[in-house]
Order: sequence, then C-alpha cells, then structure tokens
Amino acid sequence: MSCEYGGKTHKGIYITSRNDMAVVKLSSGYNIGVPPSSCTCIEQTVPSTPRSRVVNNTPGLPDLSIVSTGGTIASRIDYRTGSVTSQFDASDILVAIPELAQIANYRTLPLAAILSENMTPAIWQELARAVHAEIRDGATGVIVTHGTDTMAYSAAALSFMIDTPVPIVFVGSQRSADRPSSDNAMNAVCAAAAATSDLGEVAVVMHATTSDDTCAIHRGTRVRKMHTSRRNAFQSVGIPPIGSVAFPSRTVTLTPDAVKRGTHTLALHDNLEPHCALLQFYPGMTPDLLRAYEGYKGLVLAGTGLGHVSTLLIPAIKKLIEAGTIVVMTSQCMHGRVCDRVYDTGRDLLNTGVIEGGDMLPEAALVKLMWVLGNVKDKKNAAEMMQADLKGELNRRSAHGL
Amino acid sequence: MDYKALGLVAGIEIHQQLDTKEKLFCHCPTTLREVDEHSGEFFRYLRATESEMGEIDRAAKEEMKRDRKFQYYTYDTTCLVENDEEPPVPLNDEALSVCLTIGKMFGMTPIPQIHTMRKLVIDGSNTSGFQRTALVAVKGELPNGGEIETICLEEEAAQRVKDDLFSLDRLGIPLIEITTSPCMHSPEEVQKVAEYIGMVLRSTGKVKRGIGTIRQDVNISIAGGARVEIKGVQELDLIAEVVRREVQRQQTLLAIRNELRMRNALVAHAASQDVTGLFKDTKSAVLKKAKRISAITLKGFAGLAGRELQPGRRLGSEISDYAKKCGVGGIFHTDELPAYGVTEEEVVRLRSHMHAEEQDCVVIVSGANEKQAACALNQVIIRAGHALSDTPVPEETRKMLEEGSTAYMRPLPGAARMYPETDILPVIVGETRWNAIVVPELLTEKAKRYAKDYAIDLNYALQLASSDKLPLFERAIHEKIKPKLAAFTILSTATELRREGIEIRAVSDEGYLAIWHAVESGRAAKEAIPDLLRSIAAGSPVDAALAQLAPAISRADLETIVKKIIATRSDFVKEKGKAALGPLMGLVMEEVRGSVDGKLVSEILRREIDAALTGKSG
Repeated sequence: MSCEYGGKTHKGIYITSRNDMAVVKLSSGYNIGVPPSSCTCIEQTVPSTPRSRVVNNTPGLPDLSIVSTGGTIASRIDYRTGSVTSQFDASDILVAIPELAQIANYRTLPLAAILSENMTPAIWQELARAVHAEIRDGATGVIVTHGTDTMAYSAAALSFMIDTPVPIVFVGSQRSADRPSSDNAMNAVCAAAAATSDLGEVAVVMHATTSDDTCAIHRGTRVRKMHTSRRNAFQSVGIPPIGSVAFPSRTVTLTPDAVKRGTHTLALHDNLEPHCALLQFYPGMTPDLLRAYEGYKGLVLAGTGLGHVSTLLIPAIKKLIEAGTIVVMTSQCMHGRVCDRVYDTGRDLLNTGVIEGGDMLPEAALVKLMWVLGNVKDKKNAAEMMQADLKGELNRRSAHGL
Repeated sequence: MDYKALGLVAGIEIHQQLDTKEKLFCHCPTTLREVDEHSGEFFRYLRATESEMGEIDRAAKEEMKRDRKFQYYTYDTTCLVENDEEPPVPLNDEALSVCLTIGKMFGMTPIPQIHTMRKLVIDGSNTSGFQRTALVAVKGELPNGGEIETICLEEEAAQRVKDDLFSLDRLGIPLIEITTSPCMHSPEEVQKVAEYIGMVLRSTGKVKRGIGTIRQDVNISIAGGARVEIKGVQELDLIAEVVRREVQRQQTLLAIRNELRMRNALVAHAASQDVTGLFKDTKSAVLKKAKRISAITLKGFAGLAGRELQPGRRLGSEISDYAKKCGVGGIFHTDELPAYGVTEEEVVRLRSHMHAEEQDCVVIVSGANEKQAACALNQVIIRAGHALSDTPVPEETRKMLEEGSTAYMRPLPGAARMYPETDILPVIVGETRWNAIVVPELLTEKAKRYAKDYAIDLNYALQLASSDKLPLFERAIHEKIKPKLAAFTILSTATELRREGIEIRAVSDEGYLAIWHAVESGRAAKEAIPDLLRSIAAGSPVDAALAQLAPAISRADLETIVKKIIATRSDFVKEKGKAALGPLMGLVMEEVRGSVDGKLVSEILRREIDAALTGKSG
C-alpha cells in the first residue's frame, strides 16, 4: 500500500488497524500509525504458504514427548492487540531451538495454546491424561511447556494425579521467545536434559540465576514463582532444589532427595474436586467473605504467622466446617510450618475442626485438597491424607534456614 | 579529485544522546559511571530470532557464526530493565518532546501514531538482543537543499568495556537518530552538513555534551560501487577524511576487479585443501596451536590481495575480517609471506602443494577445530568471490579505525531486523501537542544577536553560543552581569586555567555568579578572578575564597574602623581591660560584614586595645 504523509509517498505493507489508525510497515522495517484516509491500496499480497517444518530423528537417542500448553516459551506477536500471545506449537519450538535435536527424539502434542492464567482444573486433568498416555506409549520423559504464572499449580496437580516412573518436566520462559535474549532456549535445553536424566518425578526446570549458567530442578509440589519478571523467578520453598542442569554442558546433578527413575509404577488418578478455594487472610477481613464459600467442599486458608485468622472469623469458619467444608490452614509466610497450638486463636481454630497444613505451600495445599476430595469421600480419611506427605509436598521435619 | 565525476553520493545518520532526567524506557538516571563502580555482573547468550515476517536478518545471521556469550556490569544506577529482566516503562515523554522540537526545527511532519520497534542487534551491546527505536517524524529540510528523511528516537546501547564485556550504565539513554537523504556529493559537504545538524541539536539545550555523546554514521557510494555504512565516527573533523578514504577504497576495489578479470582470476571451493600436515613443525605461534589449517588457491590474486585499499588496509584485510566472523584470529596470504614466523621454505612448500602458479595467491586459515576452519575458509571464498564479481564492493556495515580507515563489521542489515516492541503502547502525537512546541533560537542566530546586542566579536559570540556554559552566560545576563565580563571569564580565563591543569569543571555556576557579583559591586577586583577560580576549583567554599583573596576592606580601612569603635567605647575598654576584646570583636565583624578574616580583626583589635590601655596611639 502507499501512504501520503508529510508531503511524501511512503510505500509499505499494511499490518493492522489500531485505535483507528492504519499500522503500516515501511520498507525500512519501521511501523507507523497513520490515518487510513491517507493510504491507498496498490497491491493485494498473496498469503505465502507456511514453510514446512521438518524435524529429523536420530537413531539411538531417547524418546521424549513435548506437550505444549502455551505460555511465553511459545509466544509471538498477536496483531489483534499488538501484544504477545501463545501461538507456537511444539514443533515450532524444535525448529527454533535446534540444540534440542542433539538430546533426544521428540513426539510433539499441542494440547492447548493458552496463557497460564487461563488454566483450569479441567485442563490439568486433560494434561494429566495426555502425559499419562505419552508415558504409557513409550516416552522416556515428558516435557510440558507452560506459562510461568500458574506453572507451579499445574506441576503440583500432575504430581498428585500421576504416579510416574519417568521425569515429567515443566518448563517455560520469563522473557518471550521472540527476543534474542529469551530464556526459552536454555530452559528448554535444560528441561530436555532433565527429562532424559535419572529423575523419576514431576519437576519444574527454570533458570537458577540471572545468568545463563544453570537451571534448577524444583520438585513440583515445593516450587513457587517468586518474582514477576526475573529469569530466576522460580524457587524451591522449604527444601533445596532437587537438582540442577549446567549450561551449556547439560550436565544434570540430582540430590539424594530426588525421586529416581523407575521408583514408581505408572498410574493415573485423575479425579479432582474443583469446588475448593484458597483465601488469604488480612487484618480487618469480615466474616461475610467466608460465607461466600458456603457449599464449597474445601477451603485452604493462608493465615498469618503460625496459621492464624482473627477471632472475629472463627464462628464463620466453624459454621463452614459444620456444613461439611474441609478447612485447611497454611501460612502466608511461605517459609515454615503452621502450628495452631501456641496461641489462643490457634487453639480455637483447631477446636472448630481446622486442619493444620504443616509446611505445605498454600497453592500446593489447594491443589492437594482438590485431588484428595476428588478421590476420597470420607472426611476423616481426607483429613488424614491432608496431613500426610503424598508427593513431597509436606516435610515431616523442618530443616534449618529458609 | 573530481568527486562529482566519480558519482559520490553520501548521506549521514547522526546519533546524539539527549540530556533527559531519566532513561528512555526505565526510570534510571542517564548518568555514566566508572567501570570500577559496578555493583554486580551477569552473563547471557543471544540468538537470532525471526522477524514477524518469518525471516532472519542477514546481519544477525552473520553474527550467529560465533559463540554469543556476553558479560554485563550492573550499577546502583541501573535496574532490571537494563538487565532485560523487567518490561519497559512507557516511552519517556521528555525525550519525545525533545525529538519533536528538533523535528519542528527542521520543518518535519510528525508521525501521528508512534510505534516502538525492536531493531535486532545481537552483538551484545543490548541485553535484550534488540535496540528499541521509534520513527517520530519524516521529511525535513537542510540548508544545502538536501533532505532530512527521518528522525527516530532510540535507546543508547551498552558501552563495550572490552571484547564481550559491556557496561550497562549507558544502555537506555535516549538517543535521537537523524537520517539525511543521500544528498551530499563531496567529503567537505558531508562534514558541513554534520556540523550544521550538530549545531541545531545543541540549540535545544537538551542534548548531552562531550566525547561519545554524538556519533555520526556515514553512508557512502560511488558509481559502480555500493552503499557502505561507516559506523561511529566520533570526531567531526574526521568525517571528510573518512569519506575520502572510502571513495579511495571503492575505487581501488573496482580497479582490482578489472585486473582480476583480465587475469581470468577464479575462486573455487575445489581449490581448497587441508594443509595441517605441512605446518607440523612450524615456528609460527598461530599455526602451531591450530588444530586444523586449511588453504585455498585464489587464481590470479597474486599481488592483489596485498594491494592497499586505503591507508593500512588491503584486500587481504577485508578477507581476514570476513574470516574473523567464525572466531578465528585472521588469515595469512602469500602476498604477505614469509612473515609472522612462517618461513620462506614453508611458503614454497605450500605453493607447490597447492599447485599455485606465479599469478596465484594462497590463503591459509587456522582454526581451533575442523568446523571453525571450514567456516573461515567459506568466508574467504565469499569475500574473494565478491572481489571479481559484478559487485566488487559488497554492501556492508563498517567500523571506523583510527585516522579514518575502516574495517568490515557485518552485512548491511535489512528490514527483517525490525520487530514490533510488544511491551510498549503506541504514542499519539496530536495536533495540539505539535502546535504547542516552541522552536528554540538557533545557536548561530543567538550568536549574531549577542554580537549585536552586547558588542562582542562575532567569532567570540559563536564560541559562546556553542559552549556548554551557554546557560551560565544567559543566567549572568539575566542577573545583570556585564556580558563582556561573563564572556571573557567563560571563554578565556576558564580555558586558560583548564590548560594549566586546573579542575575548572569543579566550579559551579553559582561560583561564577558569586565572583561576577563581587566584581560588579566592587567587592573584588577583576584581576582576582583567576585566583578565585583556582581556589574554588581546589575545593574552597566561595565565601572563603572571596574573604581570603578579595578582601574588600583594606588593612588601613580596618585599622580606622577599629580605632573608631575603640574611641566611642573608651570607658568600656578601660573598665574591661583586655577582656574587651571579645565583645568588640563582634562589633567590628558586624561593621565589616564578614569580608575580613577574623584572625586579622582580632590581631589589630588586640593591638589597638593595648595601645588605648597604655595611652599610646597605635
């Protein structure tokens, strides 16, 4: 198209319309927004056919499966809004990161293309079924590409839903794949290395530092996104990371704590009870907020300190529990264990029937509660399971330090 | 030289740092730091990404030939945005205003909706792997009839400390990029236009001053040659020389091509061989540590590989620059051998092994491994191939060396290096904003006005107008200081003191003004100005310097004042004796308003009290 502007004719390609302006890409590569009335179309371009993306297999390398759900690791510009959205699928990732081909042969399964804030328990279930099927069909490790915002929730969900003999590795990136500095390539390479390692559990593999030197391997039930934008946003809380992958050597080191490949037999328990919630207490919170959860099967509270809410809320909590809601107490401190036997409010809470969540992360406790209530009908049984360590989410003893 | 007949066409791109409070896409100050003040460091790898059209830019592809590991220094004046660890803040509005003002000064048209782009740059100078840039205005006029094509607002790149180590203090400082059309036809004209644009930029009073704050890129081609972009010419005086030397280079490359064709020269991959074995016992340090040495016979290139293109640069240097992109240290060619530890005997053996005839040149590349040597050899073939092709001057981005010669950096980038910056919303420049912009007076106009209004010599006025102390001069005028006094201090006195090695920059504008006011009020003599500046530059507070160096009250005056005060209080003196010193001291100091050193006051006062008590007159 050609646009008259500033007494000069500019030739360019019409890209899109934004806020009533025509966005035109000039031959210099710059985009400008000009009034549509100043432009005339001179030629209609024929959409080019998408290039074929062929990935060759190398005999002798392990078979991995990449299940893509979307997120920054697979994001590109969306001309509708001008911002980034998830559009890549797994085979695009392979073409973009050629080093992956040196590590394994891949089957790719595009399961979803969503930003992770749009994840739901129903998609966790679909994901669990898909990953389970991949392992059943011979994958010696599974990589799940995922948006980072709720990756820790999904990793926890899969931890509970699948007993796995092979690594299930969640990976994402904090800086979009369309920038040369993206952390997607290194994270993906490290994830593939971890997926071919001796690991046998669900893990998150992401940058360990701001430099491109090491990725940390975090246990799926003990990991948290602790920074909005840094590469090393993911941290293990309550335990050290269960391993690391050096870059670019791809050397995987696992701690003695890591569950080893082949420890468990493949099994799928994909029931979830979605009517569960997580509520963070704050000073001045009123009981009506708790009443909003009437009818919920489970509620995780992120209390203050050792696991407290104000005395004012206790009758409302009591009412919830009496009506059949399971209430689990965790701490918004993130680090450390709840103990409701130290102060009066804590004791009052225990008397109402609140279950202490030990040192579980509030999010992990929520996911666990959904899973427990999806699989166990008996309340007493469910309460016991919430206080037992199922997938490394709950430490029996608290080690030193943070 | 008749540049018109040669078909010289040149355009320039001027990059000037803007003096804004904050950086272009974060709230960090635009302060440059000393490298040893860095507070932390990290390293990253960069990789080329596709444009939104699905292509990889050719310049980026070339950079990908080597390991892209880069190290960065952080400071307490940089943040996560420079680290590429936080999304950018909206485009700095102050910087945009400066750009729009400059656009208006050139009679340009603003872009109604400004889109920030990412210009792919993976040489490490940007942590993100791209430089953010936005086209702000188009089509302006130059006095020579030429055109300013565009004004872009860009972020400054990180400063290279050494090799692949960069300092993040400079990254993100707003930079205006002014691109002219290819409207210049002689080296001198290029320099003049650059000077003019620089003057217009400084007229805003909103640009940074000093070495490195303005850089010129020059685009040059001659008939039969090709467009070559020479980056980073920092000294204005060198521009004409750079142009002259590039013309010389392109001319020589054209001549070499003709000669090569007459000789039926040939560059063929088949003429290459592994010659690692030939240099098994070599004394050459470079070849000794090479794991793989490859050679290629360039048919008909003898003597031409070594021909000088511009001072210090040969066709061999060009070929070497290409090979270096694979990470090798360079190449050897038989036009320059024996040398560098390679013996005559080895050369003979090499030539015979490579079946090189008299008119042929043999090039050897040494690599740390087979892959690197193959990459370098391929680059040699590409560059030597250009030399005898229809386009013997490749389209290139080149960097300036000392004195004005240049070296190859990478191919000219194409439009494929542009990608929309998705983290920044477009900015609308409405008519109201554009109309409200006040165009500042050009420095040249200002100088003419000074010359006329203040009866200052025009050359002097021009110097003053382009001095970074111009705001101080204007303040002085505003505070009713004599223009000649201020101009003389700024241009002559301060310059002389600087040449003496005095740290004259330590004197604040307030310091100058205090001195001038002292002179104007008769409190200090004009002759005392150099000493006052010296003292303030050495760290004295302004008042102390004035008190010490410009006692407005002479010793005799002081003695008179002291005698008068003692005489009017003789009873008090008699009653208190020597103890009268303290109370009288206060009275004298009040009288002289602090412009005399207290020690001197007390000395004279003590003597006069003694005299009064003993009845003798001092």
